[in-house]
Amino acid sequence: MATTERSFVENVWDFFCSLKLTLSLLISLALTSIIGTVLPQGQLPPEYVAQISPAKLQIYSKLGFFDMYHSWWFITLLYVFSLNLVSCSIKRLPHVFKFVSEPTLVLGEASRNSFSLKQEIKISTTPENGKESLNKFLGAEFSSPVVTEHNGEYHLFAQKSAWSRLGVYVVHLSILVIFIGAIIGSLAGFKGYVSIVEGTSVNAVENRNGGQIPLGYEVLCEKFSVDFYATGAPKEFRSILTVLENGKPVPGLSQVKVIVNHPLTYKGITFYQSSYGQATEGSEHFITVTPRAGGTPEKLAVREGVGVTLKDGTQLKLLEATQEVRQFAPGYSGPAARLEITPKSSAPQIFLVFKDFPEMNAQRGDALIFGYDGTNAKMYTGLQVAKDPGVWVVWLGCTLMIIGLFIAFFMSHKRIWVVVSKGHARIYGNASKNQAAFEMQFDAIADKFKQLKI
Amino acid sequence: MTSSMFFNVTTFAYLISMLVFFVFLASKNKSIGVAGSLIAYAGLAIHTVAIGLRWKESYDMGVGHAPMSNLYESIVFFSWTIVLLFAYIDLKYKYRIIGAFVLPFALLGMAWAQLGMNTGIEPLVPALQSNWLLYHVITCFLGYAAFAVACGISIMYLIKTALEGDNSSAQSGGLLSMFPPLKVLDDLNYRAIMIGFPLLTLGIITGAAWANYAWGTYWSWDPKETWSLIVWFVYAAFLHARFTRGWVGKRAAWLSVIGFAATIFCYLGVNLFLSGLHSYGGGAK
Ligand code: HEM
Repeated sequence: MATTERSFVENVWDFFCSLKLTLSLLISLALTSIIGTVLPQGQLPPEYVAQISPAKLQIYSKLGFFDMYHSWWFITLLYVFSLNLVSCSIKRLPHVFKFVSEPTLVLGEASRNSFSLKQEIKISTTPENGKESLNKFLGAEFSSPVVTEHNGEYHLFAQKSAWSRLGVYVVHLSILVIFIGAIIGSLAGFKGYVSIVEGTSVNAVENRNGGQIPLGYEVLCEKFSVDFYATGAPKEFRSILTVLENGKPVPGLSQVKVIVNHPLTYKGITFYQSSYGQATEGSEHFITVTPRAGGTPEKLAVREGVGVTLKDGTQLKLLEATQEVRQFAPGYSGPAARLEITPKSSAPQIFLVFKDFPEMNAQRGDALIFGYDGTNAKMYTGLQVAKDPGVWVVWLGCTLMIIGLFIAFFMSHKRIWVVVSKGHARIYGNASKNQAAFEMQFDAIADKFKQLKI
Repeated sequence: MTSSMFFNVTTFAYLISMLVFFVFLASKNKSIGVAGSLIAYAGLAIHTVAIGLRWKESYDMGVGHAPMSNLYESIVFFSWTIVLLFAYIDLKYKYRIIGAFVLPFALLGMAWAQLGMNTGIEPLVPALQSNWLLYHVITCFLGYAAFAVACGISIMYLIKTALEGDNSSAQSGGLLSMFPPLKVLDDLNYRAIMIGFPLLTLGIITGAAWANYAWGTYWSWDPKETWSLIVWFVYAAFLHARFTRGWVGKRAAWLSVIGFAATIFCYLGVNLFLSGLHSYGGGAK
């Protein structure tokens, strides 16, 4: 066809089939992906907003840099990537199929010279008889050949692993399968979060935009607890959950232990242990105040962050409390509270009081000794909640990719031809990959070939 | 802990092996080359014992876990895989001079780990308490090690072309006479990447599978994840450039070096400069 008058459609098609596009896309995806690893994504931390100039902030937001992996231009890159992959395969696959299903059975004179792997022997019998012996030979040593007669010569063609030429296309297909899985997940699934106070249940979770997603059943948090290593690092935090349907526990899903790396799944929705804390709402902490000089201790019930005045006029405020103080005060353990104590006409002091270390408490305060007796606060468990019906498609794609890569890299299409003519026979070999390994196999066959007396 | 003594001996063995390879390069004496390989193998054996011992010691301490849970342990494992792959290439292709350019990576890793890092055995935080940790770390680091070997080979290629010109048939004397022919270096670079690429792919997939199992998303564009994908794109570009546009030789060698630089950033840079789920030893999300 006249190259000067190529139609617009053809140009577009060629553009989408071109490997230059593939390379540019791979490099562009690699380079642009860096942006999202350097700039914060999603909710911007206030410190970041304070430090960046407003003009920059506006430009970056406009360009979608703060949610770049979902920005229109990044998604477009991925679509073009997929298009490139599809068109490339549409263009090449028919050739590959043809190559595999209609192999070159007859070697032309010209192509015979292009082989680096070849060997020749003299034969004393007719080509017909020679063909019979060599047919058996090739069948035993390599793979059963197809015999074609051409211009008085017999061409024997045998091949192995022809389908390995499709490995690359399996890899390419697998990428599309993974994309499809991801799209299914984003359309039909959700990601959410829920916190459940001990002893209570929920029937809906919150999605990323703050909306409520009904579960269709209830999840009850029976209990929540944390274990620590001696170093104070958390060892295990566990929720005991029960799934309720119509108010009744679902068989087998009663009192299930859920810890990090061991989620709970019901009806396609999975609950993952992710965080925990003390429910502050409605809970009270108990403090005992004992005059150092002696006298009746004063028992108080206080709420977090709310100041109270003691008998002698001292102000007391509980700033925060924890069930396990070890991570904040190495060497101590158990419940503790941080108090702000402001005696009359002096400056406020802030210190920790422990439930299990009264002797430490006795060293603090001036005229008064403060003790912590614990709390009626309940723990809450924080669970990530996810539903992703596309995830199996993604795993299918990943499996295909690994299989495809293995075929593409480590298997090769091996072909051997034997041409039987009057007075001599020649053997030729070729492999699509890993020529060196095939050369050894071919040489071994060619050696035996040379020993043949036909 | 006896394992730390073994690790020190390992580091020393790699240092000696590297120096012996340098002498081999200068002297061209075959038996010195053999000595270099043997010392590297001995180091590898001690290294293996040391990793096993550390594993056992963690159980003795009551916090038993595979020794792959923090930066120190991962670097030690990374060095181990590099020497393992070197041994494979040495035994299979018989170009042991590659050791002079590959062992420095292993030595650097070991030396940094032994001198600059906290070597204590720590208990596992909840997020890391999973068998997936093992599958994920092993596949990733085998992949990284293959890229390290490819990078060493590419550096040899670049040195050789810089000093000799692109003419592969020119036989100059001196240090370069010990180098394998350019064609062989180019081919070995490709082969190492052919080993590394599927392993990196498996590493990314096992990471995704773990993330999905542990917190319900197989991909969350965490900086580490993203960088592993960047590395994957670079090597995919390498393969396509080579396979379909005939990018061999110098350009392939440069791509391999760039790919390894990205790999190192993915491994260390992300932990040191960026934040995310993978800051080793960080708590649960
Ligand atoms: C837009 C996307 C892509 C297009 C258009 C594309 C196209 C191609 C083409 C035309 C070939 C050569 C096939 C042949 O001549 O037989 C190829 C090879 C290959 N592609 Fe892709 N590809 C793309 C993305 C990818 C990606 C992301 C991967 C990563 C896994 C990949 C993996 C491979 C492999 C492993 C080979 C074989 C290379 C070799 O044997 O050295 N491709 N690709």
